[in-house]
Amino acid sequence: MTTAMLAGHEITLNDDGFMTDPQQWTPEIAEEMAQRAGIALTDRHWTVIEFVRRDAAEKGTAPGLRRITAETGVPTKELYQLFPKGPGILAAKISGWPKPKSCV
Amino acid sequence: MQTMIDSTIPAAANGVAMGAPQETARKVAIICSKGSLDMAYPGLILANAARMMGIDAVLFFTFWGMDIIREATVDKLHAGVVGNPGTHMPAMIAGLPGMEGLATRMMKKKIEEIDVPTVRELIETLSDSGAEIYACQMAMEMMDIKREELLPQVQDVITAMDFFEKSAGAQVIFI
Repeated sequence: MTTAMLAGHEITLNDDGFMTDPQQWTPEIAEEMAQRAGIALTDRHWTVIEFVRRDAAEKGTAPGLRRITAETGVPTKELYQLFPKGPGILAAKISGWPKPKSCV
Repeated sequence: MQTMIDSTIPAAANGVAMGAPQETARKVAIICSKGSLDMAYPGLILANAARMMGIDAVLFFTFWGMDIIREATVDKLHAGVVGNPGTHMPAMIAGLPGMEGLATRMMKKKIEEIDVPTVRELIETLSDSGAEIYACQMAMEMMDIKREELLPQVQDVITAMDFFEKSAGAQVIFI
């Protein structure tokens, strides 16, 4: 675990670079995390991020891709275009949550 | 440890940027040689998990695994019970008529309950995720399977040597 400054906020990260406290998350942090992953956030990204934030807060864990696709209507193919380096972990990471427990 | 992320990017913050935990491109190649329901899922789920975290995935279907990618059989895969110690049933009970059907129904019900996709849906998802899906040419010939009998998600029919070219540098998993 380590502390880092991102978008002017102090955040706690685990060894894989995921935020350990979703309460520390801000949209600016998401923008900066995305940028570091080579992604410029669009409305479609925000559709996914807002759902992940909402769903994870409710369930206590970030949703898997199948759930994101079913609930947001963003198809699998598009998820991989939005987060080319791995939507399964990046959607959660940029949303300020640890990686999902789901395998699908 | 307190670190600043401005012009210099420390290791931990660098981790924020990466999709996969390693910077080098990772790749897995999974050989699916069994066509029972219980042997179909492991390969498909592993490939899907790899794609979810940005790892390239190659799937090579051969021998009994051909049933997973055939239109006529993909929705009819059965749970293997005979000779499978995992069922915790005596072999002579497992071999009784109807046991395989019962085990298959139970497994499919459970799969649905925990919201795991069907085999067909998993193949579609894998294809959409950019996983490469190949059928074995020799198995096709042995079993008299025509190209048009395969699911549209199958990219190509390849030989074992082609497989080794496509899986260069990958972690290979045999199922």
